[in-house]
Amino acid sequence: MRYIEYKDEGVFKSGHFACAGCIESLSIRIIVNAVGPDTVAVVPPSCGAIICGGYPNSSLSIPTFHTTLEAAAASASGVKRSLVARGKPDTTVLCLAGDGGTYDIGFQALSSAVERNEDILYVCFDNEGYMNTGGQKSSSTPLQAVTGSTPAGKLTPKKNIVEILAAHNIPYVATCSAAHSEDFVRKVEKAKNIRGTKVLIVLIPCLAGWGVADNAGIKVTRLAVDSGVFPLYEIEDGVKYTLNHTKKAAPVNDYLGAQKRYRHLSEQDVAAIQNGVDAEWARLAKRVQASAE
Amino acid sequence: MAGDSTPMLLSGNHAVAWGVKLARPHVIPVYPITPQTPILEKITEFHSAGEITAEVIAPESEHSAMSACITASLTGSRVFTATSSQGLLLMHELLHYAAGARAPIVMCNVNRTVASPWAFWPDQTDSLSQRDTGWVQIYTESPQESMDTVIQAFRVAEEIGMPVMVNHDAFYVSHAMEPVEVPSEACVNDFLPEYSIPNMLDPDSGQSFGAPVDQQTYNRVRREMGEALNNAFAACDSAHAAWHDLTGRDYGVTEAYRTEGAESVLVTMGSMTGTAREAVDALREQGHAVGLLKVRLFRPFPNKQVAEALKDVANVIVLDRNYSPGLGGILHQELKAALYGLSNGPRVHGLLAGVGGVNVTPEKIQELALRYADSEPAVASIWVE
Repeated sequence: MRYIEYKDEGVFKSGHFACAGCIESLSIRIIVNAVGPDTVAVVPPSCGAIICGGYPNSSLSIPTFHTTLEAAAASASGVKRSLVARGKPDTTVLCLAGDGGTYDIGFQALSSAVERNEDILYVCFDNEGYMNTGGQKSSSTPLQAVTGSTPAGKLTPKKNIVEILAAHNIPYVATCSAAHSEDFVRKVEKAKNIRGTKVLIVLIPCLAGWGVADNAGIKVTRLAVDSGVFPLYEIEDGVKYTLNHTKKAAPVNDYLGAQKRYRHLSEQDVAAIQNGVDAEWARLAKRVQASAE
Repeated sequence: MAGDSTPMLLSGNHAVAWGVKLARPHVIPVYPITPQTPILEKITEFHSAGEITAEVIAPESEHSAMSACITASLTGSRVFTATSSQGLLLMHELLHYAAGARAPIVMCNVNRTVASPWAFWPDQTDSLSQRDTGWVQIYTESPQESMDTVIQAFRVAEEIGMPVMVNHDAFYVSHAMEPVEVPSEACVNDFLPEYSIPNMLDPDSGQSFGAPVDQQTYNRVRREMGEALNNAFAACDSAHAAWHDLTGRDYGVTEAYRTEGAESVLVTMGSMTGTAREAVDALREQGHAVGLLKVRLFRPFPNKQVAEALKDVANVIVLDRNYSPGLGGILHQELKAALYGLSNGPRVHGLLAGVGGVNVTPEKIQELALRYADSEPAVASIWVE
């Protein structure tokens, strides 16, 4: 085992309200320290809003504006344009949103911010559902996953938001995993130095919502990447695809089996999910290859 | 002084845009909607010509426009936006948010009917239905007043730390062209200094805003918000006095017109005021003791000023160009509340006149003033044709 040392400027404090074992706090720590203290955070309702703190406390030493669920990208645009108008164009404006606030109710504002190419860094902590309200489905919830509003399993697949964002010709969009922290830090630093809209999708297994052991957040994230369910990749300007973790080394059953939300699946169900993941992986590989040519 | 200005022929919307230009905002997030759009287009025309240097944001909805207004304002910028009708209703959540966040945004709302069914006529139900959001609300009757009020609104908003909504009626004010005295930059700079509210979201301070609070804190924040809103009376008075000194134009939170010795007083808001003024002139000429009270500031509601103006009047006739189903005319209700408890207070008639943009002529108002001069009023508002 290797101890990974990463930059910590104390932007994220201990004593926050994350559930014990949740890797969202680790992910926030990686992000805000990679971005640094000259940053303004915008946080819509989400697990992140809880972790960042209730008044009068804050676990972030950077100024944080708690906005409405629909409006993170629009609120961040307002901060950024105001900083530009007042002569501080280099301050980073960072959104920390959940998947409900990104894939669903906040999607319209996000799409418009990307279309306007607002100079913001937008992070989506993707725990594949409305976990902060007790675990209901969002459009990020994957096929067959059981949630509070899909008790027999979700009938439709997860929305491919990375491709949708790429179709906006966004300067930078990438997927990130706290189980791959060097790749994660590199992506945050890269995004920070690009002008325009940047989006990072960070997979966060919800311990309670997915039925994952308290100490298994990193393990399940690693399985998501290894099985190809959550490929680590980045797209520049909507066209240049790079796969950052190139091996698909585990069957999806290893990933599904580590979570209670999939325990109702039959062998055929698992096979169908495996087929879907294989097809998606092949499609992605083709795009990576095409953009390398 | 008044000489230091340029006369121009302007619609109400273009007069607003001129007021915005003179007020020098830093950020303008704005989304198009009929009949507000000429405000947006004139502003972007000024912007592309370099005459407005603000950051203009054109997002996908009024919801996002107001979201950007709030954060831009808290980040140390003077902020303007404009909307109408459905757009204002889409902003509803953020109107509460802006007031709670104490963001001194100025917005022009063009009063237009709300759907369903679709319609595009003057009707004040859109903004009156937002009366509990914590915004200062002012209603204007002419392009000149709209321009003057937008400039004043920035001063009031920044003084009290609350957002201000300037409302003018669709088409009657928004599109009708009238001569407008446009003041010089020096005049407005004198009246409205550079924005000096500090950046609340400064990385050097690390403050957070809007995080969840306990019951006591929420309770305290609401009280403080109410106190700030009530400071609008003094701030408006001071802005009106300073503006009068600079331009000679006189405004109050209410305006009494020919109410001396009046037995009956009409009460209006917005463009109907101009029509009612003509009706009052005609009635006075015919020997009827009829006056007019214009309510310019609607939130906070000028209870004291209204009661003072009407306490010795026998008969009050409220003309409402809005409708709250299950209640009636909103100004009617507010007025009754303001007059409640006066010993020997006036009879108050509530007339739903002009709802949906139905034309209300000076002759019609004369006829209504006489018809409801002596009768006992109904409790509820009455539909009049």
